[in-house]
Amino acid sequence: MPPVLQGLITIVLGVGGCVGYFYLSNLVLDRFIFPAKGPNAGRNINRANMVRPWLFIFPAFAALGLYLAYPVVGSFIRSLYGRNPDEFVGLGNYMWLFSDGEFRQAVLNNILWAIVVPAGATFFGLIAAQLTDRLSWGNIAKSLIFMPMAISFVGASLIWKFVYANDADIGIVNAFRAWAFDADPIDPMQIPFWNNFFLMFILIWIQTGFAMVILSAALRGIPEETVEAAIVDGAKPLDIFFKIKVPQIMPTIVVVWTTITILVLKIFDIVYTMTGGNFGTQILPSYMFEFMFRDDGRATAVAFVIMLIVTPVMVWNIIQARKEMR
Amino acid sequence: MDNIAGTKSSLGWAVNIAVVAMVLLWIIPTVGLLVSSFRDRDAISASGWWLAPFATEQSYRARAGAEGVPDGDAFVVTGNIFDEAGATGSLSAFGVRGRAPGEFPVGTVADLGDGETLTMQANGDYEFRTPEEPDGRGQRIYFLAETPPDFTLENYDTVLGAGGMAQAFINTLTVTIPATIIPILVAAFAAYALAWMEFPLRGVLIALVVGLLVVPLQLALVPLLSFHTQTASFLNWLFDPDAIFNETSDLWVGDYEGRSFVGVWLAHTGFGLPLAIYLLRNYMVGLPRDIIENARVDGATEFQIFTKVILPLSFPALASFAIFQFLWTWNDLLVAKVFLPDGDAAMVMTRKIADDLLGSRGGDWGILAGAAFVSIAVPLLVFFTMQRYLVRGLLAGSVK
Repeated sequence: MPPVLQGLITIVLGVGGCVGYFYLSNLVLDRFIFPAKGPNAGRNINRANMVRPWLFIFPAFAALGLYLAYPVVGSFIRSLYGRNPDEFVGLGNYMWLFSDGEFRQAVLNNILWAIVVPAGATFFGLIAAQLTDRLSWGNIAKSLIFMPMAISFVGASLIWKFVYANDADIGIVNAFRAWAFDADPIDPMQIPFWNNFFLMFILIWIQTGFAMVILSAALRGIPEETVEAAIVDGAKPLDIFFKIKVPQIMPTIVVVWTTITILVLKIFDIVYTMTGGNFGTQILPSYMFEFMFRDDGRATAVAFVIMLIVTPVMVWNIIQARKEMR
Repeated sequence: MDNIAGTKSSLGWAVNIAVVAMVLLWIIPTVGLLVSSFRDRDAISASGWWLAPFATEQSYRARAGAEGVPDGDAFVVTGNIFDEAGATGSLSAFGVRGRAPGEFPVGTVADLGDGETLTMQANGDYEFRTPEEPDGRGQRIYFLAETPPDFTLENYDTVLGAGGMAQAFINTLTVTIPATIIPILVAAFAAYALAWMEFPLRGVLIALVVGLLVVPLQLALVPLLSFHTQTASFLNWLFDPDAIFNETSDLWVGDYEGRSFVGVWLAHTGFGLPLAIYLLRNYMVGLPRDIIENARVDGATEFQIFTKVILPLSFPALASFAIFQFLWTWNDLLVAKVFLPDGDAAMVMTRKIADDLLGSRGGDWGILAGAAFVSIAVPLLVFFTMQRYLVRGLLAGSVK
């Protein structure tokens, strides 16, 4: 059966199954288990209303449990075993990782990514949000800066591979170098240490639009009076921006920053497509993929290290969410 | 605030210029690849894409004809070099040595030694005089010509046909659509319960969703792939206990694979759910309480309230999640790489580009650019037509 047809059948089965499940389970609950009539009608309605939420959330939480919660435990357990799933090695995989130079390199690079990309994207996003705010063509400008969000990481990598191409007739970076400094073409992907930053810039390029959209909404939410009062007091535009506006949107800046940080720790495509982790550009997600299908023990150990790095952000997010709900 | 003196006039120009510079920096890389996707391989390596609208000078190599016409004590070969080289343009210089393709200016009579002369015109007409009758092969000629800008759809042709992007496009679509639709419905019910129903542990479950939002995908790969594989072999055993020992080949009965489209749909559904529930719950909580209370007083069941009141009112949030999930699944490489089988039959576009074309056609920029634009055309279309919902979704997800 061709996959397209299979896809159509899956849509029908999936959607039909969902609707059917919700409809029938509610029907059974209201008609047969706790019918809202007879001597116990009132009690039955209350009981049905106690059960119903669980009917509503069951499919979603079953899927969440299987596809996201169980893997946290499953990956940890698997990481305690070697390449052969029957051979228990304890923390052996972790010990091996920490003794591996490439792993340490990947951790260091990942820390760099987690600092530079959110900082860069938030910074450019903030600048773009402020500058486009009162322009007549601001919305068009925003749209164009936002556009890379729609492009896949693979597509973006290809776009930048072209920009960085090691040929003054192809890559605009080398063309500029040849035009301005009469320099020979170089391959930016092979310049030790700095190549990491050239890769990071790709993600900054993609994420700036995201930061800009959210910060722009936050800037518009600032009460006009605070800005007007500062103008009356003779504040200069830069002072207004850094001393009046930025402090007021600090909570939003933090949200944007953490969201991008989490994303950075998961991104595998850019390094995989651009350098394959060579030339000292390895990061944890692409390092993990080196072991995928080869040594599940080590692959899960790397994944669990990523999880450990993300955990503080996760805890902080949960605390924030609980605060908001109160 | 525009009317406050001094804020606009002094900074206006600087702001405009800064924004123009930033927009240019942000779109130039994409424009470069787009332009290149319409140029052929030679044009791409001959000149930068920023010169594409202008004529470029390229060097060519061809052979003059071998038929000499006697003229006095010499033989004359005439013809048009553009016909021989299969090129068009305007000739600017020519030569007979590869190291100096532009040795002689156009229109001059070049003395090649041994009594041979060659003269060429801008339109490509040449006249080659030689004292001896030309042997089987004509004189080797190099020349430089201005080629007018030339845009072609050839790359797209190659990419979609021999490159296999047409099949990959369909595969991507096959992955994306069920993976976008299924989580919406599942999440909408859960979001409604979390937003408007009272039950114990509700707060804990919401916190759980927020926590799962950041669980890295990487963690799920190995355990779920082995879960899929075990499920597949269990199904195989269930439908045909003997199939483990003898090969059967009906996809629905007896030949389940651990890596399949079904697996990728389920995986995307699972990974998309936290964001879906979170976005939809945040939106539904903001719906006016009166509407729901009134419906309850009027005797509507919870199921009816959900389908007749909540779902239609939540359309903007549903749309923004659908766009997110669509872009995410369309652009995904990792999940497809792990959960889909290898081979062209199930290869999505991102994988085709990253694993296949970059390896086999690494230097062929026209092909790569064409492939990239085939893959990003649909997301860009969705992006520009539904940007409103995308922005709204982003705001609902991040700002309170």
